[in-house]
Amino acid sequence: MSAFRTASGGRVDRARRLRFTFDGRAWEGLAGDTLASALLANGVHLVGRSFKYHRPRGILTAGAEEPNALVTVRRDAARETPNLKATQVELYDGLVAESQNRWPSLGFDVGRVNDLLSPLFPAGFYYKTFMWPRSAWARLYEPVIRRAAGLGRAPEAPDPDRYAQRHAHCDVLVVGAGPAGIAAARAAADAGACVILCDEQSEPGGALLDGAPAQIDGLAAGDWLARAVAALAADPKVRMLARTTAFGYFPHNHLGLVERCTDHIAAPAADSVRERLWQVRAREVVLAAGAIEQPLVFPGNDRPGVMLAGAARSYLKRYGVRAGTRAVLVTATDAAYQAALDLHAAGVAIAAIADLRPAAAGVWVEAARRAGIEVLAGAAIGGTRGGRRVSGVTISGRTIACDLVLMSGGYAPSVHLFSQSRGRLTWSDSMRCFVPSQSAERERSAGACRGVYGLAAALADGAAAGLAAARACGFTGIERGYAVAGESATHQAPGATPPAVADRGKAFVDFQNDVTIRDLVLAAQEGFRSIEHVKRYTTVGMATDQGKTSNLNALGLVAARLGKPVPDVGHTTFRMPYTPVTFGALAGAARGELFDPVRTTPMHEVAVARGAVFEDVGQWKRARYFPRAGEDMHAAVARECLAVRNACGVFDASTLGKIAVVGPDAAEFLNRLYVNDFAGLGVGRCRYGVLLREDGFVYDDGVIARLAADRFHVTTTTGGAARVLAMMEDYRQTEWPGLAVWLTSTTEQWAVIAVQGPLARRVIEPLAAGIDLAPSALPHMAVAHGRIAGAPAMLFRVSFTGELGYEINVPAARGVAVWEAVCAAGRAHGITPYGTETMHVLRAEKGYIIVGQETDGTAVPDDVGLAWAIGRKKPDFVGKRSIERAGIRRAGRKQLVGLRTRDPKIVLEEGAQLADRPGIPAPMKPVGHVTSSYASAVLGHSIALAMIAGGRARIGQTLFVRVPGGDVEAKVTIPVFYDPEGARLHA
Amino acid sequence: MPEPVEAPRLLPPATRFILQCGKDARDAAGRGFGLALPEAACRAESAGGRAALWLGPDERLLLAPAGLEDVLAGELEAALGGLPHSLVDVSHRQAALAVAGPAARELLSHGCPLDLDDAVFPVGMCTRTVLGRAEVVLWRSRPEEYHLETGRSFASYVLGWLREAEQGG
Repeated sequence: MSAFRTASGGRVDRARRLRFTFDGRAWEGLAGDTLASALLANGVHLVGRSFKYHRPRGILTAGAEEPNALVTVRRDAARETPNLKATQVELYDGLVAESQNRWPSLGFDVGRVNDLLSPLFPAGFYYKTFMWPRSAWARLYEPVIRRAAGLGRAPEAPDPDRYAQRHAHCDVLVVGAGPAGIAAARAAADAGACVILCDEQSEPGGALLDGAPAQIDGLAAGDWLARAVAALAADPKVRMLARTTAFGYFPHNHLGLVERCTDHIAAPAADSVRERLWQVRAREVVLAAGAIEQPLVFPGNDRPGVMLAGAARSYLKRYGVRAGTRAVLVTATDAAYQAALDLHAAGVAIAAIADLRPAAAGVWVEAARRAGIEVLAGAAIGGTRGGRRVSGVTISGRTIACDLVLMSGGYAPSVHLFSQSRGRLTWSDSMRCFVPSQSAERERSAGACRGVYGLAAALADGAAAGLAAARACGFTGIERGYAVAGESATHQAPGATPPAVADRGKAFVDFQNDVTIRDLVLAAQEGFRSIEHVKRYTTVGMATDQGKTSNLNALGLVAARLGKPVPDVGHTTFRMPYTPVTFGALAGAARGELFDPVRTTPMHEVAVARGAVFEDVGQWKRARYFPRAGEDMHAAVARECLAVRNACGVFDASTLGKIAVVGPDAAEFLNRLYVNDFAGLGVGRCRYGVLLREDGFVYDDGVIARLAADRFHVTTTTGGAARVLAMMEDYRQTEWPGLAVWLTSTTEQWAVIAVQGPLARRVIEPLAAGIDLAPSALPHMAVAHGRIAGAPAMLFRVSFTGELGYEINVPAARGVAVWEAVCAAGRAHGITPYGTETMHVLRAEKGYIIVGQETDGTAVPDDVGLAWAIGRKKPDFVGKRSIERAGIRRAGRKQLVGLRTRDPKIVLEEGAQLADRPGIPAPMKPVGHVTSSYASAVLGHSIALAMIAGGRARIGQTLFVRVPGGDVEAKVTIPVFYDPEGARLHA
Repeated sequence: MPEPVEAPRLLPPATRFILQCGKDARDAAGRGFGLALPEAACRAESAGGRAALWLGPDERLLLAPAGLEDVLAGELEAALGGLPHSLVDVSHRQAALAVAGPAARELLSHGCPLDLDDAVFPVGMCTRTVLGRAEVVLWRSRPEEYHLETGRSFASYVLGWLREAEQGG
């Protein structure tokens, strides 16, 4: 056992020794240690290098607020977690930890030169320095700064661990399981409330884990804690979550908690959950988050061996570790005296207590003097000495040798969650800190996080808060007190101490971002008045520790420089997360296959078996083309296109959005919604419908069939299905509630098999029962009911290819059988499955638009050649008044036209800009842009659709398409390239 | 660790209709369906292999064994007569899954943000909600059994998601 470990005491298990390595060197610790306590037990104080100046840094705290001791813990190549706080890393046998931000080694770090060059790096230096030449920013400055910045390295391998998520509801959520939190949970549960009690540490107890000398209800505090925790754990209405940080407080008492399940285990089971994200919705919240001790700001306050007094006490009492052999306490409050007395009792020599208060006196000072400790009242601290470890401290001009400096600037309530919940803070002059004043949520703070200190007070405050929370939920409970005896004398208001400005040496305010007093003074000198601006300029409080040990000192300093009271300067925003949260916890199961639902059509497996290449269309997988051996996409698409034009193709159109519009007023409803006349549509007939938004711009399109007098089958674009239904439902419920009509999504009810091509009728004929396929009985844009290949079917005669075409709709589960029957029947006719790419080419050859490709949310029907669809006699429809506005009717709007490149082999880039003459230097004002462009196999040349200003008047003109390296000459044509008369449709 | 939960499973095909109409038509349809359609929000009625779930003020989901599309449509249309309504066959639109066992509720809590406590979500309650990133209709059909209806193309996602959640304790 090392010289720094006490012989007994604390919560470590002296029988269980654990091996670990730090920077490759083997050490030993005990079960119950953190990495920080184990290192200190071995006399290791130097654990990292600072962010900017690469100064040697030690362990400042014993908890989540640690700014310095950031380490990387490595289990294997994929399990390497950077930026963990050594004060929170629980030791396990075989733990491998490494320091960060140093090269080549922690002891000798080249980056240390930054410290010597520090006059070159004042606050805001990168705003001032890396300005010129401008070109150097992208090539030089940014890459170098990015490499120099950042702390640990992110692992490059995929995270192999499992992360879980859980939603939970409770009456009372208690955050923090110190005395106040335990008392709150107990009181709420006793009243009958369902309680969740979470705490970020490995075990509940909070400050009691540091060994309070008092008795509670006649028991030693430690025994009382064990009993209270056991009782809560046994209570079925209480869920206790250890190692669980409440990191975010969202509206309506919705809190995010992250539970660390396996990081403390030497060899977690292969499939175990590493972290679990809890989303808790609580009727009432009790925050019992405790308080955070604040450092003092003096030159060299960052040297390894300089530690918060409370942390040193925690290492001693909880972990049985003496953080040094000879210590000096520098304090501005009574609160730190207990630490000095405890360390003194444990055999650490206390060389002096330097009390910065001019008239330090009272029970604590007397107790220290009784213990033989020299107390220097009104002391002035000059700075520290030492290299990688503190070796002395200068007090009022006198240098005192030591290997440990304890400091305490008082405590700041942890108001982070309260402030996240938009609760209002108020400055307490007596405590010199911000405390919660008015809650915005159904929330109450208890104990040290609202400035109520001392064991008896915290227990009483917690019990009252827990009972009040339960009562607010409607439970009745009775008040219950705790009898506390033997508590140390209460501390004088232990608030934070504004730092004095030192002239020499670096006095750090923000340890993690290396912000010194001088940086803050500079910011004030340069005219920054808002604390939010000072924060951004100096980066104070912006590190991963969120300024838990720096914000209050920075604020005090800035307020002093500006000559304003602290509350007038205000405070910066407390942001979530309270401590960093892994992406894994936030993602949970949403990774790989489960990242997002993958939607497949009823015929998906058939397409897979045919070797289809798929494309993602929203969440859908759609077959893009069906390559044969040796074919690339171009060859496959050309073959598929020719098959449809010359024989027959089959296409899976199941993703098309479908809505059943049913009710006596169905026709009236659609008539009001779409631009077309639907009142006059006969039963058994279809019509191409165009839907506008209120602003007159094209929103969606699709074929609408009237199946019965009161029943329509509306199709939408694949991507528009959900939003069109939502828009329809909105109008139905809010604009025309008097109409008797109802909407039902039927997208997934139907498998849709499009059979297209001159031979389509011959393919379907033998499969159809009860449907007359004769053109006179089932002309273009008609629908019939019957059976196809034995399945009940709706057969639409519609075409998105310009060929004779049918769309067979059968119940989804019948899709595969019907598809295969169609393929079998079509084999003799050369039937060819085709995909979305071929579909796009075929429709472009016909000039059929795709909403979202030809249109961009600013096209009215006339712009894209759809003015013919508008029902002229209709009194109104959605968007009608908007398309009649003068601005919409003016000449020069972009209009849909075709483009033929002079070189028929050139396939233009979609999105390419057009000019009316070549060689215009950039930036040019284009006359339009290409919206669709393909090689057309049936025409033997490329085709393109474009939106061009005054396009229809330009037909026959030559325009120039801007491409990398020059302009391509193209002729403006009508937007229909194939069968402009439409003879094939009506075959 | 959760208590044992039966493996989440896909349920066999079923006959499903969405009925949307006013109260009079609903009463008539209930007589045709052989089961009074629920009037209370988020409640389901079930008997004899048929069930009716409240999905909205006007909207009910009717469930029956597979293959009854034509029979049921006939019965319901006959019962509804000339009363304004919309009856749409959605048998193939959806797929159903069952999550059952003592830990079923906890399993659902992995991805369903609703409070499923007995007092809030008793047997016979149903609602539209989400599970992970899929929209589902969740119906507590028995004390320890939940019936989920989801879009046909979401079923494999929901099943995969439930299986992953089972692993996630």
